[in-house]
Amino acid sequence: MDTFLQQLINGITLGSIYALVALGYTMVYGIVGLINFAHGELVMVGALTSLSVIQALMAAGLGLPPAAVMVAGLLVSIPLCMLLAYAMERVAYRPLRGAPRLAPLITAIGVSIVLQNVAMLFWGRSYFSFPAVFSTTTYSIAGAAVTDLQILIVLLAGALMAGLLVVVHRTRLGLAMRATAENAQVAGLMGVDANRVIVAAFLLGAVLAAVAGLMVSAYYGIAHYYMGFMLGLKAFTAAVLGGIGNLAGAMLGGLLLGLIESLGAGYIGDLTGDVLGSNYQDVFAFLVLVVVLTIRPSGLLGERVSERS
Amino acid sequence: MNFSRTGIATTLALIALGVGGCAEDKKPQAAAKSETPVAQTATVTIGIVAPLTGPQSHIGKDLENAVRLAAEDANAAKISIGGKELKFQVMAEDDQADPKMAPVVAQKLADARVNAVVGHFNSGTTIPASKIYSDAGIPQISPSATNPKYTEQGFKTAFRVVANDNQQGKVVGEYIARDLKSKALAIIDDRTAYGQGVADVVEKSAVAAGTKVVAREFTTDRSTDFKAILTKIKSRKPDVIFFGGIDTQAGPMLKQMKGLGITAQYVGADGIQSTELFKLGGEAVEGTLASFPGLPLERMPQGRGFGGKYKAKWNQDVVLYAPQGYDAFNVFIEAMKKAGSTESAKFLPELARIDYNGITGPIRFDAKGDIKDGPITIFRATGGKWAAVATIGGAAPAAEKK
Repeated sequence: MDTFLQQLINGITLGSIYALVALGYTMVYGIVGLINFAHGELVMVGALTSLSVIQALMAAGLGLPPAAVMVAGLLVSIPLCMLLAYAMERVAYRPLRGAPRLAPLITAIGVSIVLQNVAMLFWGRSYFSFPAVFSTTTYSIAGAAVTDLQILIVLLAGALMAGLLVVVHRTRLGLAMRATAENAQVAGLMGVDANRVIVAAFLLGAVLAAVAGLMVSAYYGIAHYYMGFMLGLKAFTAAVLGGIGNLAGAMLGGLLLGLIESLGAGYIGDLTGDVLGSNYQDVFAFLVLVVVLTIRPSGLLGERVSERS
Repeated sequence: MNFSRTGIATTLALIALGVGGCAEDKKPQAAAKSETPVAQTATVTIGIVAPLTGPQSHIGKDLENAVRLAAEDANAAKISIGGKELKFQVMAEDDQADPKMAPVVAQKLADARVNAVVGHFNSGTTIPASKIYSDAGIPQISPSATNPKYTEQGFKTAFRVVANDNQQGKVVGEYIARDLKSKALAIIDDRTAYGQGVADVVEKSAVAAGTKVVAREFTTDRSTDFKAILTKIKSRKPDVIFFGGIDTQAGPMLKQMKGLGITAQYVGADGIQSTELFKLGGEAVEGTLASFPGLPLERMPQGRGFGGKYKAKWNQDVVLYAPQGYDAFNVFIEAMKKAGSTESAKFLPELARIDYNGITGPIRFDAKGDIKDGPITIFRATGGKWAAVATIGGAAPAAEKK
């Protein structure tokens, strides 16, 4: 039982990070119908930037409290990621709007490779260890270990998602976003500036990606220049699992994927009598994706709810 | 093997190829070209292959640094063979720790007609590359590949200057069973030729010495998330966890173990016995045990001198296999001197019967090409450093000085 609980806790933590990243994919897809494959690289840039800032602050020996150091990291990484997302949209996607769907997909992959290589030149190829800014306290719940970092990750992710929902459903910008998602041309006739809305979606996604970057590097204690690729792929999977273009779907898909991976890795060996080991955890996750898509091709919650509601 | 991993590996390889291609390749190619008229002017080109990009690049660069240092020293020594002064040059190539890349890179060195090769670093890359070198008749000394299969293929060109995993794994397995008195051992490996190889031998010898294996888990050499497998292992309540793999995984794994409240003794082999592990794992590394197929740098006959020289040249400490890389290079020179020739075919027989006192100790090869009497040392991570706790085997090299 304690093992089950532990895997559950691991899964929820991992899942909330996936969900944050998945939201970035889904927002952009919902509005422009573009899969921004470079989104995972924003997470990587966010992680490495905040890591560098934190390292510099630690080295300066100012004796700042851990929370202040982390926030300082985010204060640098969030604007940088937003800037990158904006540049990405202007350079690689906007000129191709209206082009066949394949074209922006290719430029997205191109942007992803460029960002990875720039990061490799800038930060080098080695793994960065997350500096010991804070010492985590481990709590024991019914035999399972929970660190304060895990609790913080889940709470912060939850708060950000709630904040995003408020923006999308309660503000003028959100209204414009939903209108553009539904029908960009009609929204344009109603005075909505599609370009601004699209940029806003990219920027919101970049904020979430920067925060997720700091989370994932703090959680696993490591960051490197290609960390964004796999994370991006998983988050994209989560978005598809929940129904791409659908905000609630991305959150659900993220959490679900985290849980599937964690529980899959924990129990796949027991279920198959140790024939398949925990190294099959990715296979398991993608198998679930295949099954879900076979039964519900548009994902668990369906694509773009706004169109139907 | 799952499809996602293959996909990533391929993509990464392509990316690394793209970037490594423009950044790294220019120098060696220039070297290879200038080598053509070189046969007359007695230039000797030695290849060094290791992962110079990617997660293991710190270890690969360490080897490249050692070989460049050896070449510099050899040029300064003005060695002459057959009345011609030898000019040593280094051709450094990146195999990205990828078994698929290794033969490609090896072929490149063979085409450039290098005189000898130091490398590769990983067992997984050394084994496929060794066939190419054998076919081309190029002598190869791996400074670090420990998988037994490397020298068991019957290639006359394959040598190594470290003890193999059969020797290392056996010592570690027995150490776990007898000295740590483990009753419940959990084993994790990264499914590479090296990681799985050493883990299998540890499992066998620990079980033979009376330990029970309670969990056997796998990860990959690119993973960073070990929470799920560690949680599973925790449920089996092991007293010792052995990891067959590299520091890049061991660092975060140790941190995550601490987060999960796992208190079992962590043991690894030479792949984690690096200074980098302390950076990657922080405080969580304290108390970790790791074996190394050789002596600690300070106990090597000329270890201290080498450590100082290396630091003066590269402004960093020896990461892992630099002394072995340096020795491998010098073993080639010794064989060339004995044979009175820099031609691969002529000095190869001398290599097989070499008796050389290197930085790491005396180097002699058995019939297969494995080092004779390679010592194995167990280290404990203490206060951010590796402290030797036991040395097993070896030919009492501390006394031998030349």
